[in-house]
Amino acid sequence: MSLRLYVPRDAGALAVGADEVATALSVAAQRRNVAVEIVRNGSHGLFWLEPLVEVVTPGGRIAYGPATVADADSLLEAALNNAGPHALRLGPTAEIPFLKRQTRLTFARCGLTDPLSLADYRAHGGYKGLEKALAKTQAAIIEDVTQSGLRGRGGAGFPTGIKWKTVADAAAPQKYIVCNADEGDSGTFADRMIMEGDPFVLIEGMTIAGIAVGATKGFIYIRSEYPHAVATILAAIGIARREHLLGTGVAGSAYDFDIEIRVGAGAYVCGEETALLDSLEGKRGMVRAKPPLPAHHGLFARPTVVNNVISLASVPTILSHGADAYREFGMGRSRGTMPIQLAGNVKYGGLFETAFGPTLGELVDEIGGGTASGRPVRAVQVGGPLGAYFPRALFDTPFDYEAFAARDGLIGHGGIVVFDDTVDMAKQARFAMEFCAIESCGKCTPCRIGSTRGTEVIDKILRDEARDANLALLTDLCATLKFGSLCALGGFTPYPVMSAVNHFPEDFGPRPSLAAAE
Amino acid sequence: MQRAPWNRDRAQAIIDEHKHLDGAALPMLHALQHEFGHIAEEALPLIAHTLNLTRAEVHGIVTFYHDFRREPAGRHVLKLCRAEACQSRGGEALAAHAKARLKLDWHDTDAIGSVTLEPVFCLGLCACAPAAMLDGRVIGRLDRARLDNLLDEAGR
Repeated sequence: MSLRLYVPRDAGALAVGADEVATALSVAAQRRNVAVEIVRNGSHGLFWLEPLVEVVTPGGRIAYGPATVADADSLLEAALNNAGPHALRLGPTAEIPFLKRQTRLTFARCGLTDPLSLADYRAHGGYKGLEKALAKTQAAIIEDVTQSGLRGRGGAGFPTGIKWKTVADAAAPQKYIVCNADEGDSGTFADRMIMEGDPFVLIEGMTIAGIAVGATKGFIYIRSEYPHAVATILAAIGIARREHLLGTGVAGSAYDFDIEIRVGAGAYVCGEETALLDSLEGKRGMVRAKPPLPAHHGLFARPTVVNNVISLASVPTILSHGADAYREFGMGRSRGTMPIQLAGNVKYGGLFETAFGPTLGELVDEIGGGTASGRPVRAVQVGGPLGAYFPRALFDTPFDYEAFAARDGLIGHGGIVVFDDTVDMAKQARFAMEFCAIESCGKCTPCRIGSTRGTEVIDKILRDEARDANLALLTDLCATLKFGSLCALGGFTPYPVMSAVNHFPEDFGPRPSLAAAE
Repeated sequence: MQRAPWNRDRAQAIIDEHKHLDGAALPMLHALQHEFGHIAEEALPLIAHTLNLTRAEVHGIVTFYHDFRREPAGRHVLKLCRAEACQSRGGEALAAHAKARLKLDWHDTDAIGSVTLEPVFCLGLCACAPAAMLDGRVIGRLDRARLDNLLDEAGR
């Protein structure tokens, strides 16, 4: 048996040299004249250890990392020595605490399998969900999704089953499943990881959705910043079509379902579902007023399910293991698991899938290990650029939709960006306004113009110009944005701005340099 | 990145290849930009005519999206992430360094057409920040030395 190694093909691993490491390992093997099979898997999501090289042994996979090209010879030597000692040896992959502590339902296969091997996918439980779904009525599939308690993982947290039922109940000659893969929030990469690391789970989830609501066509709208995800999904769709898992008579059933890819063009607002629909239709990505809901009047005015990648990718596990098994995880009205993404200035950055409920402090300090810089954690932004900044004083907040909302925050798509004590929170507040100004679709005046005025007002505060009056003006402007915008871009930009003002007022005081100059 | 010079027939052929798609405008524009490096003014009436849109509508679509260029880019395009996760790891200082060394601001191309500097808001590499993309190649854990290497590469 030849030696089998795993080196990820995930963009996060490629960005830190995984391709170069894989090539160096293969060259080293040729030089020694030993047969080595290098499988390019998805990432386990332990990004501080990437590139993570795994060696297959009879006792399981042994991990080494983070590997560099210079380590290739010695790594191969260790691998040939029954996955023996090496400075980078981490022991069995499954025993790495960051991985062992997780509850991997949606990401069960990510990192384990070759993403484009359908045989590997099936060997690890793939297409069991579709098989179960095909044995049920459409209404029973939707009932399972409803009973599982699954809520939209894109950020809004709307119950997925209710959305599906609305579309199923709408009569129309054509319905659509639209997968929102426009993962634009800084600090998030769960969609990217699953599309690059386990693309068939998304295809399976969309197929089940299509069957349940009576849609024959699906679109995946992927952002252009994710070229590797686009390539992997396209390849997976090709394989699924060849194997009759997409197209006419899916998996030998009476249902038809196929998927097309559309690539975004760098507009953050297209992550908002109605702007996404306009963009898919080939228009400017302008936000639509709701109602009508996309479930009634969506893509090309047809009833449309718009779901995030992770929502759809969670459906196969719900169908295969049962709604109750999924529902058992979590707390309150937040059921199941959430892939939490630890990012930014964090020691152990990566994807941590867990049942809802751990506190922010546990996630940042225990799981994440504090900052990468070694300095104290001062603030964390949860839920992307429209999410609130939390100070340490609120680290007892459990990771749950309602608990975060109760503290004027949101969990969004599950991204946590960690900042150390060198962060200037006034600058972060200014950036939130600037970002809103750059990305506003322009439909709502408070968002289009208020964001630019907001940047100017923060500049005045920083120059200590009528500071109190301008802080009052900023607060008022944020209220206008919040209540006068159709979508979350204008509506939620006040979260990072006002959380910075309220939790870190000292950063909005007179600048020390100005005070000294006076 | 070598791009083809403008050719009306080739442009119309690309437009025709995509016109059957639902919501054809974005796939069409991506394909045109891939071929020619930017969306030339001459392309707008062709798209408008094919999709039965006004030229103003096509102009509106092209200018809405950050990805579509109206002018050719440099031979290399360096995108530096400006979003929060990269900020938390010193992304802003790296951007300032790149701007100073290239003597460019965001979206500018140097005089000899070798490099275009662009901001990007998140490449999904937030756990190996700061991140960049050079001609479609992703780079994580960027530091001053790695950035200088990229700038050397892009300057050629």
